[in-house]
Amino acid sequence: MWQTLSLIAPELLLAFSASNLLVSGAFAKKDSATSIRYFAVAILIGYALIGFILGRPVGEAFSGLLVVDEFSYYVKAVIGLSAAAALMLTKDYFQSEKLDRFEFSVLTLYCVLGMSIMASANSLLSMYVGIEMQSLALYIMAAFNRDSLRASEAGLKYFVLGALSSGLLLYGASLVYGFTGSIEFPAIASQIAQNGVNSGIIAGMVFLLCGLGFKISAAPFHMWTPDVYEGSPTPVTGFFASAPKFAAMALIARMLIGPFGDIASQWQQVIIVMAVLSMFVGTLGALQQSNIKRLMAYSSISNMGYALVPLAAFSVAGVKGMLIFMSIYVITTIGVFAAILQMRIRNGMVEQISDLGGLSKTNMPLAALMTIFMMSLLGFPPMMGFFGKWFAFTPAISSGNTALIVLVVLALVASVIGAFYYLRIVKTMWFQDANEEFVTAPAILKNTVLISGLLLFPLLMLPFISIPLQNIIERAAQSLF
Amino acid sequence: MFEGFPILSIITFFPLVGALALVAVAKLSGADGRAQLELNAPRVALLISSFVFLLALIMTFDFDNAQVGFQFMEDVPWLGGGIEYRVGVDGISVLFVLLTAFLTPLCILASDTAIKDRKLEYMIAFLVLETLMIGVFVALDLVLFYLFFEAVLLPMFIIIGVWGGKNRIYASYKFFLYTLLGSVLMLAAIFWIYYYSGQALGETTTDMRVLIAELKIPAGVQTWLWLAFFASFAVKMPMWPVHTWLPDAHVQAPTAGSVILAGILLKLGGYGFLRFSLPLFPVASLELAPIIFWMSIIAIIYTSLVAYRQKDMKKLIAYSSVAHMGFVTMGIFAFNTQGIQGGIFQMLSHGIISGALFFCVGVIYDRMHTREIEFYGGLVSKMPVYAGLFLLFTMANVGLPGTSGFIGEILTMVGAYQVSPWIAFGAAFGMILSAVYALYLYRAVIFGDVVNEALNDIQDVTGREFFILGILAFFTILLGVYPSLITDITSASVENLIADFNAATSGTATLTEAH
Repeated sequence: MWQTLSLIAPELLLAFSASNLLVSGAFAKKDSATSIRYFAVAILIGYALIGFILGRPVGEAFSGLLVVDEFSYYVKAVIGLSAAAALMLTKDYFQSEKLDRFEFSVLTLYCVLGMSIMASANSLLSMYVGIEMQSLALYIMAAFNRDSLRASEAGLKYFVLGALSSGLLLYGASLVYGFTGSIEFPAIASQIAQNGVNSGIIAGMVFLLCGLGFKISAAPFHMWTPDVYEGSPTPVTGFFASAPKFAAMALIARMLIGPFGDIASQWQQVIIVMAVLSMFVGTLGALQQSNIKRLMAYSSISNMGYALVPLAAFSVAGVKGMLIFMSIYVITTIGVFAAILQMRIRNGMVEQISDLGGLSKTNMPLAALMTIFMMSLLGFPPMMGFFGKWFAFTPAISSGNTALIVLVVLALVASVIGAFYYLRIVKTMWFQDANEEFVTAPAILKNTVLISGLLLFPLLMLPFISIPLQNIIERAAQSLF
Repeated sequence: MFEGFPILSIITFFPLVGALALVAVAKLSGADGRAQLELNAPRVALLISSFVFLLALIMTFDFDNAQVGFQFMEDVPWLGGGIEYRVGVDGISVLFVLLTAFLTPLCILASDTAIKDRKLEYMIAFLVLETLMIGVFVALDLVLFYLFFEAVLLPMFIIIGVWGGKNRIYASYKFFLYTLLGSVLMLAAIFWIYYYSGQALGETTTDMRVLIAELKIPAGVQTWLWLAFFASFAVKMPMWPVHTWLPDAHVQAPTAGSVILAGILLKLGGYGFLRFSLPLFPVASLELAPIIFWMSIIAIIYTSLVAYRQKDMKKLIAYSSVAHMGFVTMGIFAFNTQGIQGGIFQMLSHGIISGALFFCVGVIYDRMHTREIEFYGGLVSKMPVYAGLFLLFTMANVGLPGTSGFIGEILTMVGAYQVSPWIAFGAAFGMILSAVYALYLYRAVIFGDVVNEALNDIQDVTGREFFILGILAFFTILLGVYPSLITDITSASVENLIADFNAATSGTATLTEAH
């Protein structure tokens, strides 16, 4: 009993406090949104760290529905911290847009609860519950600005396509259940190990991957991404691009390596195809964009392609590479969206790339940090993005598999093409004449940008930070195998 | 003298620290102190880079010529998995560090008057650039090397793009994307070497010393890896036919940017061949050397002819740089003492001479704001001192005996002659062509009548310009009459490089015969 409780302490904390905040928000006076947001942020930080405080107990909870291991602790820490950062970003935006309602913070907590279940899912059922819990909250958040046509459209699009992906996911789950007779990951794995694989299981696995492909917006399941990114309120987009991507990626890793570890040669092909398509769809699509949020959408599509590369290697180093790459990606994304939120002129927000013109003259620190972000997304040394790619691509090379070596070369080619549009932002900020100056940004945005910029260059590459962090990630990766 | 003292790290990172200090001061002083900062930033930058030059000079004096291995080594844990912060210099790299530290203060001095706006940012970019360039030459870890090698692009991209000419955006993009495409292929090869080091040595490492001494890469794979590294170095060098970014970048870059581009950045490719391609992939280098020879000869002759037809002075000098880099690759891939010594000498001497030529163009560009050759004429009557200095550098560019240009070209040709007389013949023909375009430029600009009324009140070189060009002239002649200054330092490392190379290639030759 106590054993189980300590295992699911993070989820319990979230569930109880989210319900509490909902009730107290409903009964509190009108302007409770700010204080509830601070409570929610504190809870998220506590959620991220509680496992580490309790000494990271490992085991299975609820008779094997959830598994708690080093991997889930790391994933939860990243999700919790990035959600807390994203939630802090909403404050000034919602206040100035007159959208500030306490429900948003509560929704964020429920969403993180869903992601947390995804990170620990150990059966098809808990996986589906986690995904739906997270998605339902996300649909509402996308359409949170309900008076805006674009936001409602984004929410609806996201909902319809999300429902489609849930359908695929459920169909795949039912196939896997039908052919193995079990919904628990370890049981599926042993079933496959004993009786071999058949086309039903493979079809189920592919459907499952398709459904999850929607969640990480990997091509060819990426269509919703640009519209939803553009239409949603900017801080919500920042949230979309960070924590949910990380959680879905973690779930894919756990699912592929756990139940389907024995048929790696089957899913590797699917992953390789999705990776190549994502890289090039994302890169080529981004070339034409003039809206910075749409650009970030395509950029995230191509980055998901890069993140799939190490997974295809099917090794401890591969999972470690994926976790490192995704962590750096999340840090960068939070920073970029905090920077986009600063693009505010007197009449309101702007989000065209051309609005950044001459930023290096009007706001030199922001321009310098934005340059760090863009170069990091490009994977350009000496920013952390380069090391993300280093750790992501070396496992694929080390597998010695020719297809994976070709995959890495393609990824590098895609990143050269990607250089063009990241450079376009750098060019706009540095080479063009100054536009209207942005109004002074609130301190929280400035600090978020500064912190993520400093993490990307140079803090995370200092040996006394990088080596202990790598050890944690390494342990997390090992616990999957 | 520097036992346990991280002299190389200090030389490398001191400019970066200085740049950060400038950022901090700018942040603290705010908008009010901006005018004062614009005035003082160049002086501070000059002070910082001069101090770095002093340190580099002391280090070079302390360098032990007789010792073969790397000196002033530092080896500090960094990322784990065999990737560590390793720096050190040997006879090949120590002089490039010195050259970088020597040219940067001159560039900063020249930029103080030439750059009109945003001097602070310019100086910051230049100091960061200096750190990265020195970092390339001292890095002894593949990942660290790649990091510096690639990162150089970013400040240069901004220098060309912000302070460049009319067509600067096109030029900066072309510069960046061209070189990036070359570099990522090298990155793929580095991935593979990293993986293979784990297979062959039992433990992954990116330590250059270990890789060179112990990693025996199969001959078939060597070719691929060599080509991947070649893609990167050939673009940086630049070799024909991937040289087309260079004229654009040179023409659009501000004067000091051109000097750094020609003086240092072009040397990264040649240095990369010496440091990586030859020791790591000896068999492939030997196999593919004929291709390099032909590309070098084509570069020397073709770009000399192209240079002759240019209307823009900077473009002419840019093409002549491509031709001179052809001598370097020819010398390096001759695999003998004269060739490689000549290649290194040619790189260092070209760093000084081409830098000086770009300064010379900058002098009249600052006055007339045009680089059209047709615009000028008869400058000798208005600017006699300038005409004299320009003559010296033109002659050095042609390779007149007594200047450093001669030594480099004759050494590489002697080296190439031992491999193939025809190659040396082609290169010698190229030397004649270089006289054609260089003398054409000099005649058109300096001699003849003063065709343009605008030139009537042009002023001769200022004290500052005379100082810069005078120093460069001094070294051009000094190295021309006393080349041992350089060859003494490089010889031990070069002999060692060639001995290792011969051992590696003869070993595999017998292996293939045994099969």
